Amino acid sequence: MSKDWPLWEVFVRSKGGMAHRHVGSVHAPDAEIALRHARDTYTRRMEGVSLWVVPSASIIASDPRDDAQMFDPAEDKIYRHPTFYNIPDDVKHI
Amino acid sequence: MYTTELQKNAQVQNLEDPAKLEAFEARVAADEFIEPKDWMPEAYRRTLTRQISQHAHSEIVGMLPEGNWISRAPSLRRKAILLAKVQDEAGHGLYLYSAAETLGTSRQEMIEALHSGKAKYSTIFNYPTLTWADIGAIGWLVDGAAIMNQVPLQRTSYGPYARAMVRVCKEESFHQRQGYEIMMAMCAGTADQKRMAQDALNRWWWPSLMMFGPTDDNSPNTAQSMRWRIKRDTNDELRQKFVDITVPQADALGLTVPDPQVKWNEAKGGYDFGEVDWEEFYAVVKGEGPVAKERMKARREAWEKGAWVREAAAAYAEKLAAREAA
Repeated sequence: MSKDWPLWEVFVRSKGGMAHRHVGSVHAPDAEIALRHARDTYTRRMEGVSLWVVPSASIIASDPRDDAQMFDPAEDKIYRHPTFYNIPDDVKHI
Repeated sequence: MYTTELQKNAQVQNLEDPAKLEAFEARVAADEFIEPKDWMPEAYRRTLTRQISQHAHSEIVGMLPEGNWISRAPSLRRKAILLAKVQDEAGHGLYLYSAAETLGTSRQEMIEALHSGKAKYSTIFNYPTLTWADIGAIGWLVDGAAIMNQVPLQRTSYGPYARAMVRVCKEESFHQRQGYEIMMAMCAGTADQKRMAQDALNRWWWPSLMMFGPTDDNSPNTAQSMRWRIKRDTNDELRQKFVDITVPQADALGLTVPDPQVKWNEAKGGYDFGEVDWEEFYAVVKGEGPVAKERMKARREAWEKGAWVREAAAAYAEKLAAREAA
């Protein structure tokens, strides 16, 4: 059985000024073909103005088992949000 | 936190391919965003590198006056809030250094420019924080002025800078509100506490107005930066806006801004106000601020004391890589 081509993650910038956003992935033997496949797969209807492809193996993802220790500490720090502070309604622009 | 353009050198000559330059100018005039891989005039790249790195340095140096007060905050609640705010400033510095790096200058070069004194940062951080009320005044006035500067920069023409500003602005609102809340608490407290609040306002008012930079007729790069949509408003426009929204906020606290010339002008729909002491401003820009030397010393010391951590992490990564290769 032959081997799959390597996997590439695809990011599309929908329009100027926006950040590239992950849309999915493609298989391709090299970076150039990955870009072509990404174009044909993900931007057939003017979905974007710029493409990034990144070897999937290069992406380091957090482990879901670590979610609690990674993200829970932010939960009780509500003072990081502007609504935590009571400013009288007649004080404007703040 | 934000620093406005501080360099006063003459306008940079454009020695670019006229066709490319024209196409670039047309894109910018049509409010298109410029991205790292797009062609751009050298002067645009240089101006942005300088502005974004100055902005980043200001976030980093801005941690120092407030960091001083973390251990002396009057309650656990205030301590946690101030810690979170200082942590945000570090984050803002990092967003901005990353944006500046997309223009081709390395992080190392920018940090060296700050530490050698070559790079500027906002004049505001060269004033001392004498009392707890200063932490209130900084949040209210300094972060208020920063927000005034940064909101229009969310539409600045360089994409990575604009996107960094979107994140920063979203986070900055809490900074100003916690400062105003401190001021409200001081003003509702004892007569001494209210006096401290007034004293802090007296000392931070003018330096805050200076944060918007020199007057428009003394700001040689403004026209070019406006045409390239790096800046969206002039220094004087933003300063006026700041005075207009801040004076009523002082009134609501029962405090008075330290400028006898502040007076509502019905005809212009804004406040008239007195002249900033520009001699003081330029002296502080040149590094003669009351605590300029102390700030840079603290900054360099923090960097040097952290060197062994950076070196150890790099050595460990090298060791792992060598092991993997073997």
